[in-house]
Amino acid sequence: MVEYFNPKADPNKDYGTPASLSQTLVTLNIDGVEVSVPEGTSVLRAAALADINIPKLCASDNLEAFGSCRLCAVQIEGRRGYPASCTTPVEQGMQVTTQNDKLGKLRRNIMELYISDHPLDCLTCPANGNCELQDMAGAVGLREVRYGFDGENHLSAPKDESNPYFTFDPSKCIVCSRCVRACEEVQGTFALTIQGRGFDSKVAAGQDQPFLESDCVSCGACVQSCPTATLMENNVIEQGQPEHSVVTTCAYCGVGCSFKAEMKGDQVIRMVPYKGGEANHGHSCVKGRFAFGYATHKDRITEPMIRDSIDQPWRAVSWQEALEFAADRIKAVQAKYGRESVGGITSSRCTNEETYLVQKLIRAGFGNNNTDTCARVCHSPTGYGLKTTLGESAGTQTFDSVMQADLIMVIGANPTDAHPVFGSLARRRLRQGAKLIVADPRDIDLLNTPHLGESHHLPLRPGTNVALINALAHVVITEGLEDRAFIESRCEPEAYQQWREFISEARNSPEASESITGVPAAKVREAARLYASVPNAAIYYGLGVTEHSQGSTMVMGIANLAMATGNLGREGVGVNPLRGQNNVQGSCDMGSFPHELPGYQHVADDAVRQRFEQAWGVQLDDEPGLRIPNMFDAAIEGTFKALYVQGEDIAQSDPNTQHVEAALGSLECLVVQDIFLNETAKFAHVLLPGASFLEKNGTFTNAERRINRVRKVMPPLAGMEDWQVTQALSNALGYPMNYSHPSEIMDEIASLTPTFTGVSYDKLEQLGSIQWPCNEQHPDGTPIMHVEDFPIGKGHFAITEYVATEERASRRFPLLLTTGRILSQYNVGAQTRRTDNQVWHDEDVLEIHPHDAEERGINDGDWLGISSRAGETVMRAQVSERMQPGVVYTTFHHPGSGANVITTDNSDWATNCPEYKVTAVQVEKVTQPSHWQQRYRSFNEQQQTLLRAGRRRSAEPH
Amino acid sequence: MMSLKIFVPCDTTALALGADKVAAEIAAEAAERGAAVEVVRNGSRGLFWLEPLVEVETAEGRVAYGPVAVRDVKELFDAGLLSGGQEHPLCQGLTEQIPYLAKQQRLTFARAGITDPLSLEDYQAHDGFKGLRKALQSSPQAIVDEVKASGLRGRGGAAFPTGIKWQTVLDAQPDGEQTQKYIVCNADEGDSGTFADRMVMEADPYMLIEGMTIAGLAVGADQGYIYLRSEYPVAHRILDQAIEKAEAAGFLGENILGSGRTFRLEVRLGAGAYICGEETSLLESLEGKRGLVRAKPPLPALVGLFGQPTVVNNVLSLAAVPFILAEGGQAYADYGMGRSRGTLPMQLAGNIERGGLIELAFGMSLRELMEEFGGGTASGRPIRAVQVGGPLGAYLPESQWDTPLDYEAFSAVGAVLGHGGVVVFDDTVDMSEQARFSMEFCVEESCGKCTPCRIGSTRGVEVIDRIRNGERPEQNLELLGDLCDTMEFGSLCAMGGMTPYPVRSALTHFPEDFNPQGREADHG
Repeated sequence: MVEYFNPKADPNKDYGTPASLSQTLVTLNIDGVEVSVPEGTSVLRAAALADINIPKLCASDNLEAFGSCRLCAVQIEGRRGYPASCTTPVEQGMQVTTQNDKLGKLRRNIMELYISDHPLDCLTCPANGNCELQDMAGAVGLREVRYGFDGENHLSAPKDESNPYFTFDPSKCIVCSRCVRACEEVQGTFALTIQGRGFDSKVAAGQDQPFLESDCVSCGACVQSCPTATLMENNVIEQGQPEHSVVTTCAYCGVGCSFKAEMKGDQVIRMVPYKGGEANHGHSCVKGRFAFGYATHKDRITEPMIRDSIDQPWRAVSWQEALEFAADRIKAVQAKYGRESVGGITSSRCTNEETYLVQKLIRAGFGNNNTDTCARVCHSPTGYGLKTTLGESAGTQTFDSVMQADLIMVIGANPTDAHPVFGSLARRRLRQGAKLIVADPRDIDLLNTPHLGESHHLPLRPGTNVALINALAHVVITEGLEDRAFIESRCEPEAYQQWREFISEARNSPEASESITGVPAAKVREAARLYASVPNAAIYYGLGVTEHSQGSTMVMGIANLAMATGNLGREGVGVNPLRGQNNVQGSCDMGSFPHELPGYQHVADDAVRQRFEQAWGVQLDDEPGLRIPNMFDAAIEGTFKALYVQGEDIAQSDPNTQHVEAALGSLECLVVQDIFLNETAKFAHVLLPGASFLEKNGTFTNAERRINRVRKVMPPLAGMEDWQVTQALSNALGYPMNYSHPSEIMDEIASLTPTFTGVSYDKLEQLGSIQWPCNEQHPDGTPIMHVEDFPIGKGHFAITEYVATEERASRRFPLLLTTGRILSQYNVGAQTRRTDNQVWHDEDVLEIHPHDAEERGINDGDWLGISSRAGETVMRAQVSERMQPGVVYTTFHHPGSGANVITTDNSDWATNCPEYKVTAVQVEKVTQPSHWQQRYRSFNEQQQTLLRAGRRRSAEPH
Repeated sequence: MMSLKIFVPCDTTALALGADKVAAEIAAEAAERGAAVEVVRNGSRGLFWLEPLVEVETAEGRVAYGPVAVRDVKELFDAGLLSGGQEHPLCQGLTEQIPYLAKQQRLTFARAGITDPLSLEDYQAHDGFKGLRKALQSSPQAIVDEVKASGLRGRGGAAFPTGIKWQTVLDAQPDGEQTQKYIVCNADEGDSGTFADRMVMEADPYMLIEGMTIAGLAVGADQGYIYLRSEYPVAHRILDQAIEKAEAAGFLGENILGSGRTFRLEVRLGAGAYICGEETSLLESLEGKRGLVRAKPPLPALVGLFGQPTVVNNVLSLAAVPFILAEGGQAYADYGMGRSRGTLPMQLAGNIERGGLIELAFGMSLRELMEEFGGGTASGRPIRAVQVGGPLGAYLPESQWDTPLDYEAFSAVGAVLGHGGVVVFDDTVDMSEQARFSMEFCVEESCGKCTPCRIGSTRGVEVIDRIRNGERPEQNLELLGDLCDTMEFGSLCAMGGMTPYPVRSALTHFPEDFNPQGREADHG
């Protein structure tokens, strides 16, 4: 019997060694069973695929075979001895025996050695019930340890409890090196090593330091790979092994990692990255893996609350009362100020279904198009720029595609901090020899990848992206490096000719732009030649591209460069926005923008609108509504009076905080739906408790257009999932909604959105995940876009004239501030600040180059006043060589640091995406917090008191 | 007037025995007597019991005196040293006629001790670079074929046919014809009682350079590394100088002898780990990593240094190559027996009267070696056991001393020839202590990667201690037997895999030593 085993293996089983990608099949005989597997597969894996499970300890299918434990020894006809099956590749006709008396004895005797240096505390060990060592002792039938237990051993090795999430107990270590290999091969950090040799070999972090002080980034790969209790989650140590698990999707960044939420009842014990997740293949970062404790934090809002004005205490009320209160106020505002005087903001944290419902409520219930979302302040230029040039508002690739790239160009993104799991994948490819170009004002960590080969850093000045991308394209065109065949067959000829003439002009040359970007012309030429010359070049970019006055221009410039070199439409290439939030792609797809219905269908398109009107049973406004900054302006003007905000903290995340605060203070009705009293909620009249991602069903769409299921693992703390709240509010407003499950909402989305027609919960269950477009042409979804043609037919080269931002360094504000994210904190920090991730970053600091620091007499840790034309704030200094002179950097994870008090309301010409990345500032030493900070402190204290006054119960952890 | 040549070796053994001072004394004495003398610092002949072996050039050939101490010099001069006078008791007669040397079949060590190690003229005058010149005129396949025809097997201990290894590397072209390949010379000579590699490097470094260059030409490698143990500072200095001189003279580097071919060579020092003599951990160490054994497959021939196809050969294997190329594979294969072709340089050490290097065709017996060459023990007591093949080699009792020196014959009695080290013990040896030492050595030197070696060796010491203490001897002997099986069958490399050899042989042939009463009685 010849069997062919589907390479799509069971994600819940460990096959011992990674899958081989070979197309050639090899047939061998294992214990009398004929097995056909791809060439290059190990004997261990081939056997496991046939459900012949050879004992193993050091092997794991996310790591290269290592061959240290020797338990997987087998006998192979015609070969001497007992080769390890993990390191032995299959061969045609091989005859393998995996079980006989000799092998049994050998394995038992090896196991006996292991256990002779292992504590015999199985019953009280945290790994009890889920320990590979225990399983293997059972599998080989170990019955005694003849060596006794008074020989040399490691049983008194002290524990390292420095990490807040896991404990390292070396007394239980079997030195299988899985943790060390995971840190190297999976995570790419190389923080762990084996120290000493022979019997003294031991796992050590860094230079034999505590984990917390080493280079460890707490991704959890080592903990996951440990076959014993040596590296163990503190939650498991404290609470025991979980009893069931649910696969769901992480609610942090746009990578969209799949996790198994491992549960005890309705309590999450641990989040374990799920091997079946196509975005992460079983890897994770410190946030998704460990920072979920916020979901049961005592600050959770667990009951609806209302108040007449923001200086009054909150009153906890029933859902019905709160919803009626909100509906009455919204109706009253509309009666008084008109239909257009209200609006809403959808959440990029919430599910597709919830986002869809909010914009539906606004368009159909409020009767206007005043809907917007946080993508306004992050990737709206991506939507505009890519739609204009390539015809679709999304990245072109899968994450896995990077493994085919010969060159990775990263522009304005810091993946190892902001998209860590993708950062690890990119590092894996870089270790394999792919070349790297980084265009970023800062010396980001990707440039310091261990075992990195050729790399180029183009440290441009903030705000000069377009000049740089034009210079790169100029070199490609003027040196004849373009892909003529691709351009001729795939792109509009007329637009190309115009662009070609434009880009060839001398003012776009690297030499001409050197004085603008600060990047030497020779380096630009070298980078351009490299990008154009390799078989596969892939661009990854982030908010360092979009959050500029020319964000949309830059996105188009990137698309131009990719088209000109034919780097689109196959594996290993493409234009890839690294999206910030878990569902920012989805919130855009779901029609959150004021001008677009779901699927980026314009509201002015009569045919489109008619379909929606028919389905929704109302007449729709054909005029685009207000964008977020327009809402703020209109609120201050007095024409915009009520706002419904779901899962979004505009008071902290949007630029020019004082302007936002003025706008929020002008509203007559602010309804905030959130899991915490966030900064925005402090200005609210109605506070509707949100549900965390653990408390609801739905879908998130990640940066590779992948729709992943979010599954409820615990009931919503306040009783309602977010979509149910929106539905109830809509009903209270008189626009009926009647869904009994998010799958019904998805069915409605599919019926109205051409790129989603094939999507359903049934298909998601079947396939695991789906990358849109998923429709008749692409029934299983579309991993790589633009393979045959573009949605607009031919690719469109757009003219990308560089226009300097008005925000420039002056005598008054001589430094340029740019902002970003760090690994341990996430966005406004509402979640991560309520976890132990605080140990890594408990305050925002200002990074400044030693030269600028010295000029101002600044030392590490000094309090600095940072002022811009928008405002002032105070933070501590961190003198850092990562900066270039003239540029300073901070994060906005802590509301009290007031990073966005300084950022201005400059924005992208096309989409109003704020120019967070360029703010002219001055920095000086100070001794006290800024006025804004003092005001913020007292306002915050007041609001916390008002909350406490109204609260009947808090969400104590169970 | 031509000055008289007097040879005083600069080899480590001779230096350790005071050769520098002797050389200085000879020069001073000659000066005092107004004699025109040129003191040549040659390599060692390998007759270590005679070191420092001073030779004087005469019309009849070199006359040998040894072992010479500084205090002997004046006396020797008085006794006619300068004319090769044979009266002095230290005089050994004509060097070539010393039986220990005369009875040998020196192919690899033909030049050892005769030439100035760093003199390219000397080297060429004694057939040096004949093999290289031939190789430069041959196709890579023809070179490989010649090595195959010689029957040469790896002299590091594993005895894998060198020609087949080279063929694998020649055929490996993962990146097409541009594939980067390497030649790595394993000069991490760490076996107890061995010194042949060091002698090659100190006495005849150009031979190794020539052998590696030929290997490079054969497989298409343009870079070679000599991984040298750091405990060989003299060899290091000599090799570095030899590489520099060979390169300057066009025998190495770019455009070798105007052929357009390139081969560069570098010496890299080890960091004191025995395990780095194992080829895969040697490669790891050479790459700058911890010396950790790699699993095979993939073979280093296919995925070796920095992941590229790599020839890893012992010094002696590479040193045999110039002869094979110069004289033809058949000339080499004419020596030896069975599947063991050519000569094997044995290194006689331990409790032995006449220690030194003995290069002979395979086939002579161990007894002849120890008795005819070695002259019995240094202590004068009877020989009781002999360990062949380094610390992982079996101990042979007298019943096995007639085993011919041949890979297969040794294998048949559960022993190994290894790198040719022979360490002799007299009848005062406690073989249970030796067995314990074998386990202890493994504890000290295990890389720690695989479990049987990492934990097994420590347990081995403990179990042997219990046996020696008479604790539950029957059960513990059975356990020791099981442990030996586990280490042999389960270990990743020969370190753990062969540690049982000396232990088992001690148990089998000298069981009385494991019984506390027996030990008391014998050695009280």
